[in-house]
Formats: sequence, structure tokens, C-alpha cells
Amino acid sequence: MAIQGATASRSGLRSALPLLLPAYLWLTVAIFLPLSAMVFFSFMTDLPLSGKPWAFTFGNYATFFSQSLYLRLLWASLRLGLEVTLWCIVIGYPAAYVLAKVLKGRSREAIFLLVILPFWSNGLVRIFSWAMVLREGGILDTALNAVLPFKINIDLMYSYPAVIIGLVHSYVPYMVLTCYLTLQAIDDSLIEAGRSLGASRLQMLKRVIIPLSMPGLVAGAALIFVPVVGSFMEPRILGGRTGTFYGTVIEDQFVAVFNWPLGAALSFILLAVVLVILALAAPVLRKAA
Amino acid sequence: MRMPKLTAFLTATAVFTSVLAASAAEVHVLNWKGYGADEPWAIAAFEKATGNKVVNDFFNSEQEMLTKLRTNPGLYDVVMINAAFNDQAMAEKLIQPIDTSKLSNYADISPDKAGSPMLDHDGKVYGVPWVWGLTALAINEKSFDKPPTSITEMWNEAHKGRVVIRDDAVEAVQFGAIATGQNINDIKDMEAVKAKLSSLMPQIKTFWSSENDWNQMVASNQIDIGTYWSGSADRAKTHFKLPVSLVIPQEGAVAWLDAFSIPVGSKNVTGAEAFINYMIDPKFYVEWVTKVGAPVSANTKAVEALPEDAFNRKVMGDPDVAKRIQFQAPITDAQREAYLALWQQLKVDVK
Repeated sequence: MAIQGATASRSGLRSALPLLLPAYLWLTVAIFLPLSAMVFFSFMTDLPLSGKPWAFTFGNYATFFSQSLYLRLLWASLRLGLEVTLWCIVIGYPAAYVLAKVLKGRSREAIFLLVILPFWSNGLVRIFSWAMVLREGGILDTALNAVLPFKINIDLMYSYPAVIIGLVHSYVPYMVLTCYLTLQAIDDSLIEAGRSLGASRLQMLKRVIIPLSMPGLVAGAALIFVPVVGSFMEPRILGGRTGTFYGTVIEDQFVAVFNWPLGAALSFILLAVVLVILALAAPVLRKAA
Repeated sequence: MRMPKLTAFLTATAVFTSVLAASAAEVHVLNWKGYGADEPWAIAAFEKATGNKVVNDFFNSEQEMLTKLRTNPGLYDVVMINAAFNDQAMAEKLIQPIDTSKLSNYADISPDKAGSPMLDHDGKVYGVPWVWGLTALAINEKSFDKPPTSITEMWNEAHKGRVVIRDDAVEAVQFGAIATGQNINDIKDMEAVKAKLSSLMPQIKTFWSSENDWNQMVASNQIDIGTYWSGSADRAKTHFKLPVSLVIPQEGAVAWLDAFSIPVGSKNVTGAEAFINYMIDPKFYVEWVTKVGAPVSANTKAVEALPEDAFNRKVMGDPDVAKRIQFQAPITDAQREAYLALWQQLKVDVK
């Protein structure tokens, strides 16, 4: 049995090779090579292309541990990632449920289109339009004051909530899409069976729907958490004084002081931390799923 | 057998391209984007007058400019270098001495700029002063009955949450040095600078990075006061009609000087000299100021060619202002990284 299984998988691999090759070739050229160059840079004292003499060093990694600032920023970025992921679940999951189980036909298509619309607009345009909405005297402030009988002052621009709003808006479609796929795959007869056995709505959600859609939730959370931890554009533009995060100091190293080695080292520390978090979370999440 | 063939091929290509470049008499210029040297009307006028063809290339930071010079020897004929970086470029043998007798406009450059020790080394001129400007304060005129005179206005409680400062470590630290009454090029008491800047942080609304950020915030009346560049404040007022005016505080302001140099290995030194001479010409300068808005020319004749009430002549030319400003001197890489570390620390502490 074992031998048979092995030969079967080997011949399966052989026939799969032509199909896998383009993707892996692309990954090697476009991701693996530049990334390994960056690993190389992160151990250097200076860039070879700067024309100055350089040597190998662990100094760039030591910098991270020698200054409390990087650890504090990394912590702030991880918290930001968690908060944004949480809000995406709160907003995205119900929407995905309605799309998968309540709406049918035309209306589903229309709502679906609205959900993925943010994907089709440029990220910078999205952020700058938020800037117009959130500032004092902006669209939100003016609109609310026109409707409300009392005067309120809304100036969310350049604050932590503004960063959260901007990031949630950019990333919520991922959560809707991944949850939609798993929710749609749940057999309706399971829900009917649960109902006929007397389960309340809350029990149905807790015992049937959430457990069955857990893979979608986990995939969505990972897709959102990882890029948000490294985000720099949204915090810089929307965060103002509070907009300094781990991603923005990496950007500073590359752009402001041209210190690629330190920037690369900081990026790989981030990558390592994120991988550790995902690895630690994997067994827990697998059990839950 | 294949190697020699390849080498021969490469040599042939190199020879071919260099012959081509020479015959077209190109002037390769390296500068910031949108900073005078790439104005289409200026290029057209220069090309018509001299027969040289201008090829522009740009950089986004001084470090990038130096890297481009190091990695492309012989490619550029003219490079715009901030005077504070001239020393480093010369020490690395990236730029060559300039024969100023070939530049008819050089004699009109104000003596304090032309004789700047940042540009002249061992009696040789390595940079031709082009324009200079200030990093001072600018105010939203709607928020003030009369313009403030002191830098301490940035710390005034009344402006809490309506103050901006540029997201740039060197600029921030030098601003802190002026606020604590120190020499920006020889900061003795860094702790005082740090303390002064930390007490400013709670006042800050945001850190601006481009002219557009600043103008947008004034247009929507979100800020009262902030650090700003002299040329940008002038542009905001005259071209965008915004209620912005520049304040040169009594404590002083940071001044910078931009200059043109000729890289080592330039293939068209004559063309480069002609281009630099054109850039410091009064005719070009007046047109640049009127059409686009520009910093102050180092050429006294060019400034005198402006209308009497022009900002660059009246305000920036005031001898009283000249006494207060401090020109930026070279900064080492180590200093720059230390400034960035301090600046990042301040930004993290205020979160």
C-alpha cells in the first residue's frame, strides 16, 4: 500500500511539474532573488552600490535590540494589526453571511460589486479621499452639523482612529471574500437540521455556522494582519502626530537616510515576528477550525 | 573564444554610444525634479542659444544624488549640489574644479556666496552658487492680528494642535538649535534641543512632507503656524493666493545654498559651463520667478532685476535678515543618523 502510494504521488508530481513551473519560476525571479539580496544587504555595513567600502556585520540587527524605540514601535504596529483585523471581522463577517445565505441573484451581485469596489481604486486616492471626509470642516463634519440640531465638532483627521478607519476600509473586502467562500459552502440542510432540532439562532451561529466558516475567518485574518503590521502609507498620511509606526521607520531608513542595510534588517525582524505569531497561532486556530 | 567576442562587442557599443553622445553635444543635468533646470521654456531657450541638447535626470535625496555620481562616472555634465554636500562630493573626487573665467555671469555673484568656504577648496571653485533660501516660519494670516516675531510662538498654548513641522530629522534638530539659541552647525547642548522639541510635540497637528500638504492645511484653515521654506511661502501667497506669510523670527532661521558643479569625467565641460552660466543669468531668473516662483538668486544683478517690492528682493534682501540667518554647513553621515534617531524617539514618545 505504502509503495503504491509513493509511486502514485511521484508520477502525480511529474505531470504537475509543467503546470507548477511558470508560477515557481516567477516566484524565484520576482520574489526570491530580490528578497535574498535584501537578506544580504541586512548584514552589510554599507551598500555596495554606494561605492564605499563595506563589510559584513550583525550591527543592523543589534540596533533593533539596543534601542527601546524599535520594540515599542513593533508592539504598536502589532496592536494596530490586531485592532484592524478585529474591526474587519466585526464589519466583514455579517456582510459575508448576508451575501452567502440571505441574498440571491441580482441583489447579491450588486452588493458583491459594492464590496469589492474599493479594490478597483488606487490606495492613495482612497486615503486622500478619507482625508477630505475626516478633517474638521470636512464632509463628515459638515454633513452631521447640517442634520443635527446641536453643534458638534468632528475632527478625526491626524489621529489613531483615522488610521484605523483608513486601514479597515482598505482591507475589509479580504474578510468579506474569504468568509463568503466558506459560508457559501455550508450546506443549507445542516442549518435546517439544526433548526428542526430546536437550536436557537445564537446556538446555530455558535455551534454550526462559525465553526464551519472558521477557515475563511482565519485566512482573512492572516491576509489582513500581515500587511497592516507593516503598513506605512496610511499611518503617515492619516495619523499625523500619532502616525509613527514600525513601517514608517523602515520607510525612513530607505528614503530619508539611505540606510538600506538597517531598513532591510528591520524588515526581516518584522517578517520573523509575524511568522512566529502565525506559527504559534496555527495549532490553536486549527483546533478551533 | 566567446569572452573576447563579447568584450569586443561591448567595447564597440561603448565607443559607438560615446561618439553618438559627443556628436549631439548633450548636457546631462542632475537635479531635483521641478527645480528650474527642467523648465521646458528654459531648456528650449538654452538649446536654441547654444546648440547643446539638455538631458535631465533627477534625484530624490542628496544620498541618491551622490550614489548616482559614484555609480555613473562620466555620465553627468552638470550636477546641482546643496553647498553642505559639496565638501563630501569633492573629497570623494566626484566633482572637478570649475574655470570661472568661462562664466560671464560669475562676477555678479554676491561675494559672500562666491567666496563660501563650502564651495571653494584650495583656491579652486568646486561649486557655482545658484540660489539660496530659508527654512523659517510661516503663518496662516487668518489666525493672527499681527505677525509674531519670535520662534516661541510655536510653543504658544493658543495654537495647540494647530502647529506643523516638517518630517525631516536634520531640519527639526537645527530648528531646535535655533530655538535654544545655539549654532546650528555646532550644537553643543543636544539635550536642550531634545527637551525643547519634546515640549513642542504636543502642539503639533501633523508632520508635513510636501509643499502641497502645507498649502492644503492652510486652505482648509486647519493650522496656524509652522516651519516652512521661504520660496514655498512666496509661491503659496503669490501663485495660490493663500493667506500665508513668511516670518523670519528674531532668533534666526536656517539658510541653505544650492550650487552647480561639474562631475569628474564630464564629456562636455564646455556645454556644462554654458548651462551653469545660463542658470545664473538674470534673464532666466526673472522668468523663473515670474512664471513659477523661485528661491533667491545668488547673482546680485539677477535679484536687482526683480521688481522693487518682490519678496525675494524686499524681504530676503533685507540686511537685517542677513544678520539673523545661519547657513547650513556639512553634516557627517554619523550626525545624520544620530539626528534621525533623536527625531524618531521624539515621534514615538508623543504617540
